[in-house]
Amino acid sequence: MNHSDMTLVQPVMPQSKQLQPQTPSFAMIQTLAGIAMLSGFLVVLVYQVTKPIIAENKRLAIEKAISVVLSDVSAKRDYFLGDEGLVLFDAGQQSPSFSGEKIYAAYDDKDELRGVALEAAATGYQDVIRILYGYDPSCQCVTGIKVLKMAETPGLGDKIAFDADFLENFIALDAQLNVNLGGLQNEIVTVKHGAKTEPWQIDAISGATISSNAIGKMINQSGQKVIPLINKHLNELKHPEKEPGKTSETNPEATPETKE
Amino acid sequence: MTTLTNQEETITLDTFTRGLWKENPVFVMLLGLCPVLAVTNTTMNAIAMGLATLFVLVASSTLVSLLRKLIPKQVRIASYIIIIATFVTMVDYLIQSISLDLYNALGAFIQLIVVNCVILGRAEAYASKQKVSTAIINALGMGVGFTIALLCLGVTRELLGAGTILGFQVFSTSFEPWIVMILPPGGFFVLGSWLLLFEYIKQRKQQTHLNVTGVVEHGS
Amino acid sequence: MDPDSLTFIFINAALSNNFVLALFLGLCPFLGVSAKKETACNMGLATMFVMLVSSISAFSINWLLIEFNIQFLRLICYIAVIASAVQLVEMVVKKFSPTLFRALGIFLPLITTNCAILGLALFQTFREYNFLQCLAFSLGAGVGFTLALLLMAGLREKLELARVPTVSQGATMSLMLAGLLSLAFMGFAGLGSGHG
Repeated sequence: MNHSDMTLVQPVMPQSKQLQPQTPSFAMIQTLAGIAMLSGFLVVLVYQVTKPIIAENKRLAIEKAISVVLSDVSAKRDYFLGDEGLVLFDAGQQSPSFSGEKIYAAYDDKDELRGVALEAAATGYQDVIRILYGYDPSCQCVTGIKVLKMAETPGLGDKIAFDADFLENFIALDAQLNVNLGGLQNEIVTVKHGAKTEPWQIDAISGATISSNAIGKMINQSGQKVIPLINKHLNELKHPEKEPGKTSETNPEATPETKE
Repeated sequence: MTTLTNQEETITLDTFTRGLWKENPVFVMLLGLCPVLAVTNTTMNAIAMGLATLFVLVASSTLVSLLRKLIPKQVRIASYIIIIATFVTMVDYLIQSISLDLYNALGAFIQLIVVNCVILGRAEAYASKQKVSTAIINALGMGVGFTIALLCLGVTRELLGAGTILGFQVFSTSFEPWIVMILPPGGFFVLGSWLLLFEYIKQRKQQTHLNVTGVVEHGS
Repeated sequence: MDPDSLTFIFINAALSNNFVLALFLGLCPFLGVSAKKETACNMGLATMFVMLVSSISAFSINWLLIEFNIQFLRLICYIAVIASAVQLVEMVVKKFSPTLFRALGIFLPLITTNCAILGLALFQTFREYNFLQCLAFSLGAGVGFTLALLLMAGLREKLELARVPTVSQGATMSLMLAGLLSLAFMGFAGLGSGHG
C-alpha cells in the first residue's frame, strides 16, 4: 500500500509527481513501521487508561436502566445463565466457556428477589436496537423496558424510548410459562396500533411500526429462551448465599477460573 | 482550494482567521459534509462532533508537521491516514469514557472522522510543509471554523425541528415542530439555506462596493 | 418482513436508508461527479465494486480482530486494508481488463477516501451481519449510491437549461435538489414494515 498511494494525491497536488525523489524502499518501510509503532503505542495507552472508566460508565448506565425496569431495587448481582447452568459473574471476569447470556438479578433492601433484568436486541428500522427489560418471576410478567441503544428516526421511531402509551404496554406484559416449562404460554407479539386485546400483546406506535415490531420480537425471542431457564434456577437466584453450589456444574465461584 | 505554497509561512492573524471565514471548510470549501449533515440534528451532537474533529485536526496536524522531514514522499498519504486513524480511535475511547449517551447518539460517525477530507486535506496541503507552530494555529482556525459551521446547522435544525436549543424549550409549546428539519432532508435544506444567505451577503457587499466606487458616474 | 432477511437488508440499504440521501455518506462524489449521467454511472459502478471488495475484506479482518481480541485496532486496520484493497483491485483490473480500467480507472483511487466505503464496513460490523448479510448490504448500498448519483445527474443536466437566480447557483442549488430527492426517498420508509 506504499508506492501506489501516490495516485491518491493527484487530484490534490498534481505537481508532486515531478518532485518525487528516489527513496529506497527500506526507508519507506522504516517510516511506516515507525509510525505504526507510534500509533499502536498511543492507541493502547488510551485504551488502557479509558477502559476502567468506560466499564464504570457502562455499569452505571445498566444500574440506572435496572432501576427503571424494576421497582425498589437496592442491590444487584450479575449472573451468567446458559443451558449448562447459572454462574455468578464478577466484574472484569471473562465469560464462562459455555454459551449463554448475562442477566442481572435485582434485590430489595431485605435481600428479597425483586426480579431479573435481561438484555435483548434486534434490528430496528435503521440499526440494532438494544434494550433492557425487567422480568418478575412472582407475577410471571415483564415489568418494564428501557432502550439502551438505538438509531431510530427522530420524531418517529425513537418514540419507543419515551412514548408513555407505548411504555405502558410493558408494565405488566404477560410472560407466563407453558405447561412443560420449556417456553412461553403465549408468544409476545406486537399488534397494530389500537388492536391490543390480550395481556401478552404490545400495542404498536402508529408511524413507528418497524421499531415497535422489533421490540416485540426481541422480547419474545429472548423470553422464550431465557425465562424458562430463570425459572429452573429460581431458587438459586432467590437465595444466593444459602445454596451457592446447587448449580448443575460444580462450585459456581470456581467454574470460570478452571475453565479459562 | 487551499493555498498550495511551498514556502514556510510566518504566523499572522490570517493564519488563524482564514479558517473561520475566508476558507471556512464547510461554507466555502464544502469539505467534510458527511458529518456536517449527519450529526447536526441536535446542538449537543454538533458541539461534540465539532470538538472531536477539532482535536483530531490539531493533533494530526502537529504530528504530521513534526514528522514532515522524516516521511518519504511516496508513503506520506499512508502515514497520514495511520496518524489520523490513531487520533480518531483515541477520541472514540475518550468520548466513550466521558458520556455513553453521547457516544450512542453519534454512533459510527465518530469513527468516520477518519475519512473527513478536511483533516487529510490540511495534513497534505498545509501541515506537511509548515513549521509546527504555524500548522497548529492554522489547524485550530480550521477546526474552530468547522465547529462554528456545525453549530450553525445544529442550532437551526434543533430550533426548527424540535423547538428547543440544547434541550431547553425556546418556542412556546404551541409551536408545532417541523420534524422534517431533524430528518435527513432538513440537513440538505438548512445547509443550502445557509449557503444562500452567505452568497446573498457576498453579492450585496460587492454591489455596495460597486455603488461606492461608481458613485461619480451613477450619482446614486 | 423480517429485518434480518437478505431482501430487507438489500432494500433497506438501497432505498429506505439510502447511503447518500439518508445517511449522508459519500457526499463528496455525489456533489462532485454528478454533473453528467455517464460519469455518474461509471462512478456508481466503480463504487459498488469497491464496496463489495471492502465489505468482504472488512468481514474477514473483523473476524481476525475478534479472534485475537484486539478490537481497538479495528479502525486503523479497516482504513489500511480498504486503501490497499482498492490499490490491488486497480492493479488487477488494469492488467486483465483494460476496457474496464478505462471506464473505472480515474475513479478508483478517489473512492478510497469516500466515507461510504468505511461507513459500510463500520455499519456491517456494528450490526453484526453474517457473511451473506454483508454481501446483500454492500450490494444494496452500491445500488442505492448509483441510483442517487444517476438521479442527481439527470436533474442537474435539466437544470443547466433552467434559469436560476445568480445567488442560488452552484452548491446551493445542488443541496436543495438533494434535499428534495432525500424527501422523496423518505417515502420508501414504510417499505417492508408488514403492516403497510
